[in-house]
Amino acid sequence: MKLRTALLATVFTMGGVAAAQAEGEVTVMSWGGAYTKSQVEAYQKPFTAETGIKVNSVDADNPATPIKAQVEAGNVSIDVADVEFSDAVRLCDEGLLEPIDVAMLPAAPDGTSAADDFIEGALQDCAVANIVWSTVYAYNTTNVEGTPTTIADFYDTAKFPGKRGMRKSAKANLEMALMADGVPAGEVYELLGTDEGVDRAFAKLDTIKDDIVWWEAGAQPPQLLADGEVVMSTAYNGRIFNAAVAENQPLEVVWDGQILDFDLFVVPKGAPNKENALKFIAFSTDTKRLADQASWISYGPARKSSGDMVGKFMDGKTDMKPHMPTAEANLKNALVNNFEFWVDEDAELNERFNAWLAN
Amino acid sequence: MALPSYATTGEKIWHYTYLTICSLIFLFLIAPILIVIPLSFNIEPYFTFTKKMLSLDPTGYSMRWYDLLLTFGMIAPDAPRDASWWADAWENAKWINAAKNSIIIGFFSTVIATTLGTIAALGLSRPEMPFRRVIMATLISPMIVPIIIVATGLFFFYSKISIQDWGIPYLGVVLAHATLGIPFVIITVTATLVGFDHSLSRAAASLGAGPTRTFFKIQMPLILPGVISGALFAFVTSFDEVVVVLFVGGLDEQTIPRQMWNGIREQISPAILSVATILVVISVLLLATVELLRRRSERLRGVTPR
Amino acid sequence: MSDAAANQPLKTADGIPLKASLARAESRARRKAFLLVLPLLAFILITFIAPIGQMLHQSFYNEGFTVREDVVSGKRTPIMVNLKQWFDENPQGSEPDEAAYAALAADLLHLQELRAAGSAGTRINYERSGSRSMFTKGARNAKKLEPPYKEAILDLDDEWSDPELWQVMRDASSGYTINFYLAALDRAKNADGEIVMVDPERQVYVKLFIRTLVLSLLITFLTFILGYPIAHLLATLPLRYSNLLMILVLLPFWTSLLVRTTSWMVLLQSQGVVNDALVASGLLGDENRLQMMYNQAGTVIAMTHILLPFMVLPLYSVMRPINPSYVRAARSLGATSFTAFRRVYFPQTIPGIGAGALLVFILSVGYYITPALVGGADGQLISNLIAFHMQKSLNWSLAAALAALLLGGILILYWLYDRLVGIDNLKLG
Repeated sequence: MKLRTALLATVFTMGGVAAAQAEGEVTVMSWGGAYTKSQVEAYQKPFTAETGIKVNSVDADNPATPIKAQVEAGNVSIDVADVEFSDAVRLCDEGLLEPIDVAMLPAAPDGTSAADDFIEGALQDCAVANIVWSTVYAYNTTNVEGTPTTIADFYDTAKFPGKRGMRKSAKANLEMALMADGVPAGEVYELLGTDEGVDRAFAKLDTIKDDIVWWEAGAQPPQLLADGEVVMSTAYNGRIFNAAVAENQPLEVVWDGQILDFDLFVVPKGAPNKENALKFIAFSTDTKRLADQASWISYGPARKSSGDMVGKFMDGKTDMKPHMPTAEANLKNALVNNFEFWVDEDAELNERFNAWLAN
Repeated sequence: MALPSYATTGEKIWHYTYLTICSLIFLFLIAPILIVIPLSFNIEPYFTFTKKMLSLDPTGYSMRWYDLLLTFGMIAPDAPRDASWWADAWENAKWINAAKNSIIIGFFSTVIATTLGTIAALGLSRPEMPFRRVIMATLISPMIVPIIIVATGLFFFYSKISIQDWGIPYLGVVLAHATLGIPFVIITVTATLVGFDHSLSRAAASLGAGPTRTFFKIQMPLILPGVISGALFAFVTSFDEVVVVLFVGGLDEQTIPRQMWNGIREQISPAILSVATILVVISVLLLATVELLRRRSERLRGVTPR
Repeated sequence: MSDAAANQPLKTADGIPLKASLARAESRARRKAFLLVLPLLAFILITFIAPIGQMLHQSFYNEGFTVREDVVSGKRTPIMVNLKQWFDENPQGSEPDEAAYAALAADLLHLQELRAAGSAGTRINYERSGSRSMFTKGARNAKKLEPPYKEAILDLDDEWSDPELWQVMRDASSGYTINFYLAALDRAKNADGEIVMVDPERQVYVKLFIRTLVLSLLITFLTFILGYPIAHLLATLPLRYSNLLMILVLLPFWTSLLVRTTSWMVLLQSQGVVNDALVASGLLGDENRLQMMYNQAGTVIAMTHILLPFMVLPLYSVMRPINPSYVRAARSLGATSFTAFRRVYFPQTIPGIGAGALLVFILSVGYYITPALVGGADGQLISNLIAFHMQKSLNWSLAAALAALLLGGILILYWLYDRLVGIDNLKLG
């Protein structure tokens, strides 16, 4: 009997510990892996140190979907989420996000107001951008003979045999397919707006369909490349940088045909700690924090004033600037993600994409 | 199954072919479970045997992935390993927290499933039980209905009744896991009640024992092995369940299988294999317990093994 | 016993007819037995039957185009009321007139005030692709709309005159609909309200149902092929050996599903143990490593392994009691060992095959975790699509409709299992 009481007591106290809800907390949802780590180091730890507010960091493959599910089911537990541009605009349209007042954001050190300091488009009704990132493709140098240099090489399985990794979603894949098919970056979205353009993109995808391994979480492509499961993979550029520089994996980024996008902070409607969420966003998107984040992962800060402060990687030797998607050399053939296009077409194209996958 | 002396040569050949086939099938069953054990001691972050491992060189092996289970998620993993390091691990290490959550959820769902299931099995095994077949089919159905359907239904249901606002942590997952464990309790307990001699309880009653006393003194000792193995089944069901947790569990309700699910999809480092190894050891222990209980039950009921 | 006494009903000591007294005792016993089961039945009703019932409701009821519920306050506001009124006044097939467009304009303005254009548009978008953006754009410009409304709205987007769109809106303006079931079967209503197949490049669900069936049958067959010999061996060996070998069957049964799936990933990866062994033994060139994972092969191999115990255990419990002297008798009467097996032994094991096959089939039809992890794109089953619509596309009514169809199939099989095998005969180890 004594044993049983002791056991019960243990179980109950453990429950107490695990369920204890500290006063003053904020739950932040991001994309996992190296990216979440960069945000923990650059934003969350300093935020807790300064305000005493505890930050719970949680991850999702794409935070936009759990937010939508939570708000629509009326069961919100996330306070801040990091989402892509088109998702931020769409969720805002649907009334699922709290509006964010630009005036609460701190000015740049030289006194430039936040509204002027952020890159164009980085401030939306319900969202504040923190980084510029891009979808690129990368390859494992030990498994690829020769040097792929263009987006067309990704589709060239004759010249570069082996499996390809791709994100399991229509976005970015369709644009890259068209660019690989010879469409200039400037005409991609115009063409994708037509049925012929969509057909052409899927036809291009068809050419390598049997060689594709699909990934969902951003941490997967570096893993697939390092394990040799694929020889090339589309990926978020920062993940490849971290795997290559911090973990010494033989991975190389091909910037040709990269697709630039923002990641933005949003607050879901009905967030349990709305005040803290806004505090967290204001804190994290000031000039210094944004610049700090760039020393943990190769994503560009969304403030102009942070740009000059970007220095070296946390190992103290790698210069970050050439690894940024916005570096001059990397922008030769780059596409800026057209958020309006994806806001409107996301559902339709993904439906088609899934039917294509299943067939 | 010795070969009879009159067997022809063809039959002998077939017999040994048959034994070989069976051995291969047994290998197919067990090899995937055992393969993770040596690989979890790999010093390299790969899923395959390195040369050093194959030549049994001790430097090819290490405990680093087991160590990672402790340190992953800690605030200061590199601090000296004193009391405060262990306190840090206990508080913050992700796998330790997942284990805590799994045990708490498993414990409470097992208690609910076993209590309700045992009482119901007593009723179900009475010959005079009405609508027995329909009710039995209903109570077993959680085992048959695809888990994704259960999880989908619970997702809608829990958000409708806003269960997360009731202030009871883990409630949604515990109730769901109890439901999933109930069929196992019913099956094992009714199995021990088959052939239960009802004249024993009547004898107890005629000697003046009340129903409660009869239950605890006569029935309970006889069905206890079935109850315990049912409880173990229920616990394992909860301990292994991930879909319901993914659909209805709160973000802080990370269990071991959920943590594994995340890990497998993101970075399948050998750390996953060390968790797997630990789980295999646990299942061996559970299996042994259930086997012992089954034998005890057979002895108690006077059923001799064939 | 005399004739006179036999005509009198038997009575108990208190003078109540024995029959009545017995009936009363029996019904008391029945009530008692039922009361023991009642708590569990109530529990299952609340935690299991009710949620599934609610999900079924969701599969034919969607109020995305009729009511807007505020997330924070929970306040419910009816939307699209003007359009609904127009639909009520004008029968199916009416050409939308100026009054219809005026109603639409008023409703779009209302949507803009409520910030509900996105969700209302999403509801229409489920059935007609490309509609969502028309609603958000329409609502954004709603304030600027002026009579004549038809012209003004068509100026914004001439797609608004599409008769198919009006058909979808008419259907969606009442919460109840069978359209999600149609969608789950790759069908839709056309502009005239007739049920037609959707475009070939959008057809996916029927194909996935068929794939789920085919793969489940294949897995059931494989578990039978692998399970029968070892069940036979276990059943014919002396108990002390078979009990030891039984552990090899029971251990996988007790091991976590995720552990077993992980193990298969370790084995089947292109840099995994199996490929490495093949390459090392020279059977395979390093560049020709087999792709055994992230495709159907991965799903089939891993699920066969995971479900094998569910085949072996019922087979074993049927084979163990079979008396070996039957086969011996057949042999002594001149049958070859194969004939003896085919004519005497095998027929006696058919109940076990039925039980095992049905159980494995039922379980594999609903599998989710294993295909999700090792299935790649073409090894996905219908459950994975349900999860996709639950978690990614968030078309919950469609997910519920797919789940309802799957559930229907499973329940038929389950009923069959109960009739043929009996739930009571389900054994665990």
